[in-house]
Amino acid sequence: MNVEPRVRVEDKLYYNRYLVDVGHPHVKVRAHTTPSPQLLALLKACPARCYELNDDGQVEITVDGCIECGTCRVIAEPTGDIQWSHPRGGFGVLFKFG
Amino acid sequence: MIEEKFDAIVVGAGMAGNAAALTMAKRGMKVLQFERGEYPGSKNVQGAILYADMMEKLVPEFREEAPLERHLVEQRFWMMDDRSHVGMHYRSEDFNEERPNRYTIIRAQFDKWFSSKVREAGATVLCETTVTELARDERERIVGVRTDRRDGEIHADVVVLAEGVNGLLGTRAGLRARPTPDNVALAVKEMHFLPRETIEARFNLKGDEGVVIEAAGTISRGMTGMGFIYANKECISLGIGCLVADFQRTGQTPYVLLDQFKRHPSVAPLIAGSEVKEYSAHLIPEGGYKSIPQLYGEGWVVVGDAAQLNNAIHREGSNLAMTSGRIAAEAIGLLKSRGEPMSATNLSIYKKMLDDSFVIKDLKKYKDLPPLMHTQSQNFFLTYPQLISKAMQNFVRVDGTPKAEKEKATLKSFVKARSWTGLFGDACRFARAWR
Repeated sequence: MNVEPRVRVEDKLYYNRYLVDVGHPHVKVRAHTTPSPQLLALLKACPARCYELNDDGQVEITVDGCIECGTCRVIAEPTGDIQWSHPRGGFGVLFKFG
Repeated sequence: MIEEKFDAIVVGAGMAGNAAALTMAKRGMKVLQFERGEYPGSKNVQGAILYADMMEKLVPEFREEAPLERHLVEQRFWMMDDRSHVGMHYRSEDFNEERPNRYTIIRAQFDKWFSSKVREAGATVLCETTVTELARDERERIVGVRTDRRDGEIHADVVVLAEGVNGLLGTRAGLRARPTPDNVALAVKEMHFLPRETIEARFNLKGDEGVVIEAAGTISRGMTGMGFIYANKECISLGIGCLVADFQRTGQTPYVLLDQFKRHPSVAPLIAGSEVKEYSAHLIPEGGYKSIPQLYGEGWVVVGDAAQLNNAIHREGSNLAMTSGRIAAEAIGLLKSRGEPMSATNLSIYKKMLDDSFVIKDLKKYKDLPPLMHTQSQNFFLTYPQLISKAMQNFVRVDGTPKAEKEKATLKSFVKARSWTGLFGDACRFARAWR
């Protein structure tokens, strides 16, 4: 069995252009002590790996690399685990090709 | 504060929004269009294939002006297991015609051009503006929008929601439900740049000829999904998409899936040595006919991906988007010319017109296929591709085994994997859903 090379999504995001709206994250995770199954699913399902576990086992988001697909909204907004808005006009990912 | 009142506000400058804004502006209506991106196209992601017939109905001369990549002369379907693919290719010289039928495009560039036509027709296009809320009057009718530019309310007779698959306005206002994990797919895509001649040599193309490859099989790891490879002039769009519910259930990561697809022995040589210049992701409506929401109401209509208008079987979406945008605009134009109010009763004419078009007819035809593919994903995306690959290998490999024994072995492998009733059931279910 050959070992899968590790895929670094950070390298992929490096290709993209962003205008980060510092201090105004467009997606927020509700405060929690133990993450719900929906929140845990985001660790894997987010194509930009914006969600990570912190040292206390809670799910945190860093929206800077978000490519605004809405996958997390579909999975975790119904349970109230996250709040999802579009970035303010002009901010966020700026696709050159799309 | 924008004091003036508009005939129509269009939210979004994708295919559906641009088609709607253009059609209404051409009729002399006063149109205001909002786009949250830096420029129209900067938030839009698609494979992308442009369907000429639907585009011609909007901008007849688009071939001379629009940034097009390649006209398609070949379509390849690949059924893949981990080391092989069984292909069906259709290539025809008929597609080298004066007015080709399908083109590859790069959405950010195409949409920018499309938007310039909307402006030329007289619409006002405001970019870098996110519409945050729909405005209602005391009778709960939609009368306009609020934006993040702190302009207060901006009013119009009708609001066209062309806000895309992930549109927030309509769902926040309770006009339609949020997409569920089992009726949207997440697709991730990379743009691979290579010299023009390299692309043409690798894909067997000359001049501006183009090819698309649609691939299914073990690349989606048992999830309902597809890979795609589109040849552009100087780059290759390569991606893979699977149902969000399947990602959620299996814990597969989209970018690992994409990398496995890129490393497949049938794919790797096509992109060898390329320079990746962008990584994107987007949701695709996959629910089909049964997931189409209410399409109109008091002072509003919804068009395109926001209305789940996507034909997942034929991989058609942008044509349904631009057609629904155009038809909605024609319906609105008709009411306007008669001086009739944009009430739900009157706007129902949009749905009637859409029902009579290929958009709803096609989606209706395949209404049972999405659920079938979703519940039978292990069979359709893992078991059958592996069986068919083995059957093909058995057919072509020459090793002294008598042909009758080979055929017997192939048949046995199918029956062992799915049983006679399973095979028969799958065939019947598929035939019924396709019909």
